[in-house]
Amino acid sequence: MIPLLWGILHTWLVVGFAPFAVGLVRLTKARLQGRRGASPLQPYRDLWRLLQKESVIADSATWLFRVSPYLVFVAVWLAATILPTVTTEMVMTPAADLIALVALLGVARFFTALAGLDVGTPFGGLGASREMFIASLAEPAMLMVIFSLSVLAHTTSPAHLVAFVLSGHVGLEVSVGLALGALLMVAIAENGRIPIDNPTTHLELTMVHEAMILEYSGRHLALMEAAAMVRLLLFLSMIICVFFPWGIALPGSGPLWVLVGLGAWTLKIAVLAIGLGLFETMIAKMRIFRIADFLGGALLLALLAIIFLYVSEAV
Amino acid sequence: MNSTAFAYDAAHLIGATVLMMGFGLLYQRRMAAVIRTYAMQAMALAAAAAWQAHVQNAPHLYATAAIALLFKGIAVPAALQWLVRKLGIHRTVETALGIGPTMTAGVGLVALSIVLVLPVTTNAAALTRESLALAMSVVLLGLLMMITRRNAVTQVVGFMALENGLLLGAVGAKGMPLVVEISIAFSVLVAMTLFGIFFFRIRERFDSLDLAYLESYRGDRQ
Repeated sequence: MIPLLWGILHTWLVVGFAPFAVGLVRLTKARLQGRRGASPLQPYRDLWRLLQKESVIADSATWLFRVSPYLVFVAVWLAATILPTVTTEMVMTPAADLIALVALLGVARFFTALAGLDVGTPFGGLGASREMFIASLAEPAMLMVIFSLSVLAHTTSPAHLVAFVLSGHVGLEVSVGLALGALLMVAIAENGRIPIDNPTTHLELTMVHEAMILEYSGRHLALMEAAAMVRLLLFLSMIICVFFPWGIALPGSGPLWVLVGLGAWTLKIAVLAIGLGLFETMIAKMRIFRIADFLGGALLLALLAIIFLYVSEAV
Repeated sequence: MNSTAFAYDAAHLIGATVLMMGFGLLYQRRMAAVIRTYAMQAMALAAAAAWQAHVQNAPHLYATAAIALLFKGIAVPAALQWLVRKLGIHRTVETALGIGPTMTAGVGLVALSIVLVLPVTTNAAALTRESLALAMSVVLLGLLMMITRRNAVTQVVGFMALENGLLLGAVGAKGMPLVVEISIAFSVLVAMTLFGIFFFRIRERFDSLDLAYLESYRGDRQ
């Protein structure tokens, strides 16, 4: 009963909090660029406005175009429910692991790309092709990070990973540091943040994610935007849950600990969101052909993490 | 977790930072960024030396750390930046092999050094084994950088990175005399000066720092 309750609460928490995290990133960037910036609540208002608007669909669009936003949003949302945020005692925890999470994100990406291709505009196809190019490099790197963590903790379940990290058996391990570096790089690529893609651009030379959803409007666009926001929160939450889980409530602890967990999680998300804003302000966008080097670097970091894991196991 | 385990882990983490900077050198495409990464590697090396001084209770390693920080972290990068400006070298790094293949080869070299070091040092303490593997990887990455870069300045940075690896191995081992370290540090400075003069000579002769031009002066090619 209690895991079900926390599960439902968590499911709504990730959706409810995602726009705020995005708003915080935008506010940080605006302040650093010398603008006043919109309140962090602005993404909620944007989504609400989009939901009110009529959805205009191109003549050439098929059913795929209409269905994709719902599929994408549900897949990302489901993926976000796998990761524990405030407590590890949740109904979804035993049901799925990190590999399922990667698969769900893959499904979401697949349908976004298909929808981009469906209308037949050149931008959609260009965005889809670039997205697949990035994904073909980011996904192996992400899986490699998960493998290195699971070799260390002997599990792919996020709840067990949290328990393992909290138990203190793992110190300042070299491979954990490398895996964290690789995961940060993958997270930047998967969310289309600045060195890889610019979430605010509509310049044809550079846009990737925006190019695919260019034809969407109204509630469909709202769902696509919301999916992108939840995905950002998912990656922030994953970094927290695997590398900095301190404060999270464990099974058996009371509602008070869940409250503590909620506070700790919110604080950590806010810190990471501000950090992301800082990072994006400091760095310039990369040329599209340099992305291969960047993500290849992430893959190699994850590979090194596994290699060093075997060294320390051998000692 | 007890304090010895923490000492080991922290030492390995700093060593891994030095190694990552070695990969950073292979990854960077701009001359200024290469030199900055080298400076960061030297600073990480200084941190490694200072940590070893703290752990081994060996005050002379603090001197090593100071030398690494002042000479390699500040003086040598500043001199290199000055040289790049003075010689008007291309801002981009010219590679003989693409960045991706080079990085892959780098990971292969790390694996190789681990495979080499671990069986040889079965009797050594855990601390020295892992840091020896790390140090050897840094040395091999420096060599790789010297092989895969065309420009003389980047090759020199590769050489300096190689020497960083040697020092990383040396501070991990117990009982390295200070005299040896100081003489290494000074020989690097002398080498740096010689390289500087050499750069001017090469450019005067060929109007470029691309070492491929030197090939035609090799005896066995004629």
